[in-house]
Amino acid sequence: MTEKTHELRLTVNGVTHELTVPARRLLSDALRHDLGLTGTHVGCEHGVCGACTVLVDGKPMRSCLMFAVSAVDVEITTVEGLAHQDGSLGPVQQAFRECHGLQCGFCTPGFLTTITAGIEENPDPTEDEARDMIAGNLCRCTGYQNIVKAVCRAAELKAQGADR
Amino acid sequence: MTTKLMGTKVQRVEDDRLVRGTGRYVDDVAPDALHVAVLRSPHAHARILSIDVEAVLDIEGVHAVWTYEDLDGAMAEPLPLLIPHPTLTHGRTQYALAKDEVNYVGEAIAMVVADNRYLAEDALASIVVDYELLPAVVGIETARAAERLVHDDVPGNVAARMEQSNGDAAAAIAAAPHTLSLDLAIERSACMPMEGRGVVAKWDADNGRLQVWSSTQTSTGVRAAVAAKLGLDLLKVDVITPDVGGGFGVKINHPWPEEVLVPLAAMRLGRPVKFTEDRREHFISSAHERAQLHHVEVGFDDDGRVLGLDVRFWHDHGAYTPYGLIVPIITSTQLLGPYKPGAYHVQFDSLYTNTVIVTPYRGAGRPQGCFVMERTMDAIAASLGKDRAEVRAVNFIQPDEFPYDHGLIFQDGRELEYDSGDYPAMLTKIKDLVGWDEFEQFRAEMAGQGRRVGIGLACYVEGTGVGPYEGAHVHIETSGKVKVATGLTSQGQGHQTAFAQIVADELGVRFEDVEVTTGDTRRMPYAVGTFASRAAVMSGSAIHKAAKKAKEKALRIAAEALEADVEDLEIADGVVSVRGTDASIPLGTVAVLSNPLRYAFDEASKAATQFSVGDPGKPPVAEGDEPGLEGKDFYSPPRSTFASGMHAVIVETDPDTCEIKILKYAVVHDCGHLINPMIVEGQIHGGVAQGVGGALYERMAYDESGQLLNASFMDFLMPYVTEVPTSIDIDHLETPSPLNPLGIKGAGEAGVIPGSAAFAAAIEDAERLSITAMPISPSELFALRQAASTNAGETP
Repeated sequence: MTEKTHELRLTVNGVTHELTVPARRLLSDALRHDLGLTGTHVGCEHGVCGACTVLVDGKPMRSCLMFAVSAVDVEITTVEGLAHQDGSLGPVQQAFRECHGLQCGFCTPGFLTTITAGIEENPDPTEDEARDMIAGNLCRCTGYQNIVKAVCRAAELKAQGADR
Repeated sequence: MTTKLMGTKVQRVEDDRLVRGTGRYVDDVAPDALHVAVLRSPHAHARILSIDVEAVLDIEGVHAVWTYEDLDGAMAEPLPLLIPHPTLTHGRTQYALAKDEVNYVGEAIAMVVADNRYLAEDALASIVVDYELLPAVVGIETARAAERLVHDDVPGNVAARMEQSNGDAAAAIAAAPHTLSLDLAIERSACMPMEGRGVVAKWDADNGRLQVWSSTQTSTGVRAAVAAKLGLDLLKVDVITPDVGGGFGVKINHPWPEEVLVPLAAMRLGRPVKFTEDRREHFISSAHERAQLHHVEVGFDDDGRVLGLDVRFWHDHGAYTPYGLIVPIITSTQLLGPYKPGAYHVQFDSLYTNTVIVTPYRGAGRPQGCFVMERTMDAIAASLGKDRAEVRAVNFIQPDEFPYDHGLIFQDGRELEYDSGDYPAMLTKIKDLVGWDEFEQFRAEMAGQGRRVGIGLACYVEGTGVGPYEGAHVHIETSGKVKVATGLTSQGQGHQTAFAQIVADELGVRFEDVEVTTGDTRRMPYAVGTFASRAAVMSGSAIHKAAKKAKEKALRIAAEALEADVEDLEIADGVVSVRGTDASIPLGTVAVLSNPLRYAFDEASKAATQFSVGDPGKPPVAEGDEPGLEGKDFYSPPRSTFASGMHAVIVETDPDTCEIKILKYAVVHDCGHLINPMIVEGQIHGGVAQGVGGALYERMAYDESGQLLNASFMDFLMPYVTEVPTSIDIDHLETPSPLNPLGIKGAGEAGVIPGSAAFAAAIEDAERLSITAMPISPSELFALRQAASTNAGETP
């Protein structure tokens, strides 16, 4: 039996893609395997680790808990869409690099998207607020010490480049 | 003059691609691959009576379904027992697909190859297996009781019994003025890298070559195993380890069933094939570690000096023993830490259970050993009414006693001989860092507010950089860029950065011009792997040596070109110059000159053609020389180098809820000379977080039938940011290793080792209750309080 498929349009990082997928195709799989945007990583497929977090109309969402067919009519931002137009690193990316906020890099895309939304909402987080911001994402390498620093540094960089 | 990069916080070259989402992990390669799903045993112990795959074959999108019956030759033999040991008398390994019997929930039984993973998983549901259930052996007590067996032909469930001693411990204990006995337990946990296992294979029929990508800690190991299992010549197999999303030990075991099944499928089907493990699979079909029960007998004098130590322990290695006895051997030797007991005897049994296999997890038996030794030190201090730090101090190996030979054999078959260290200096540092001497005042202040706090200290020594060897190849291109290859793999340790620092320093080139490749057998086919905190020591040293060779050759050629003496040359920023003159030549040009050419292909190469260079009276390439500006070398030390550290933690326990809160965490660490302090501190942070997990949260909840009840991130409680200390105070001590040219020691595993020991001590100190089993949850602490008050005759 051939599986029923759906034609849909996904807008990812400002680019609209047309694809045909079964209803059960996870957004994470559609991004990674249908669109080739492999920067979004899948760590648990049950919505706990946060590695697959993408921004849906600016809000962090677990792409492993969404179907691709339910992601139409929204703007999706993945880690590939976090750099500046000129190709230089965005503030959260830059902060992670400066603060050694990543080791293996597998959970990193989920942190980057989460924090991008977080500092949009709270542009000047305290360390405690930075911890709250990332409290739903798992990292097995860093012990989170430098990720907390990176949140604060990202806010600083974003404020400095606000007129960019 | 180029600034030395060794010892400086150089930002990582890996990060740019990783923060942009352009890293390449194994699931990112070969987007056109077919996908594998594996049928895994739902039972912990069963005989397979029949497997019916008939219904699968008609499913659209399915390309193959295999069971054991479909395997032949070496593929039909059990997977290799990687590390044999004479005392491992009853080693057993599983088949790539189960033959007749399954011994743990998760064991591979059948595999389906389909257009995508969704279809492959659908197809698994159509496979019908008829099982005869057998009683499961779960937990060390059940295994030890041996009323039922995991393997019919392994009496007592004992794979190995090993014994080592130095002196007559029993006599020393019998003669000691004081004695104690303790029973101590550590539960199962697991590495849990964020990326699970994964393997991709492509068979290139045109060239007769197999290309394999694996998320492994040893690409050369996987290569050898794949070649042997598939009956291919080694040189027909390439294994590439791309970016890896964490390892922590689990990915050193190889070959996993999928690591040989996927290449076989790629060859048989003539299509690229991929297996990407999901999280549940990682819980039930990769590996765990840590579970051990220990019994300690110790005899000591009035100062707390250990006169005799006798440790008997039982190690749960799960259903099979592919990685041999490495974990319990490490416990049995490394539990000695920085101490020198008068006499020592240790004996362990390595036991089968119907659970997931055990292979090293960061620390690899040391967290258990450290827990045993440090609990013993605390118990001695308590029984003598002495300060816990003082009791440790009287037992330390002293700085003038190195090299110190424990009279035991270590995990690598070499003597357990410590090369260097300064434990008294370290103790002073950790006491200062945590505020050890001021703690009683703090405790009193807190008590005044109705708060209960405790402090704990734990010391460890870690044998790092085990052999046999690692190698490196350094190639200077005609552009002046330097390409470096070493065979071991990377899982986030920043090797591309740290190794480039070493090369830039040795060669005198710009850091930006050095590019390091790891874990690609096409670039460096001789390698061992990344484990035992060995990468910096082994590959770092090999790279240093190889760069030195390349430099010697560059200077020799440059001296000829510049008509100068080698002694007068220096290299800085990639340019060789004669000291105190304007005469210079870029390294790229030296590379051109190093390779006599017949054909010019660009402006630079014209300088190396036959009418431009060379003495017509001599061969263009001198006897014993080679064309090209390269250096290749290997590092193979006589034995491990021993890093050390001490952690101290202050906890607060809630008088009502039993919640355990971390108020302060301090680390003093000695890994010899640091290559990149930023990376070393990052390693410590991560290790400490895993230590917190192991001490307070993580356990594998098996029920008595062998079902893992918490096989998800919902239920296996890995620390989030909310569970780790808000800051980790770190101080370094640098006692260089005399065993390698850079004086370095490993740092990868250190952070996790003393976690359970330090937390147990701190909780015991806060609660005045004996803590003998870790991890400990608030409900377990509550039960201990209840039991203590019942024993004291109070109403609970």
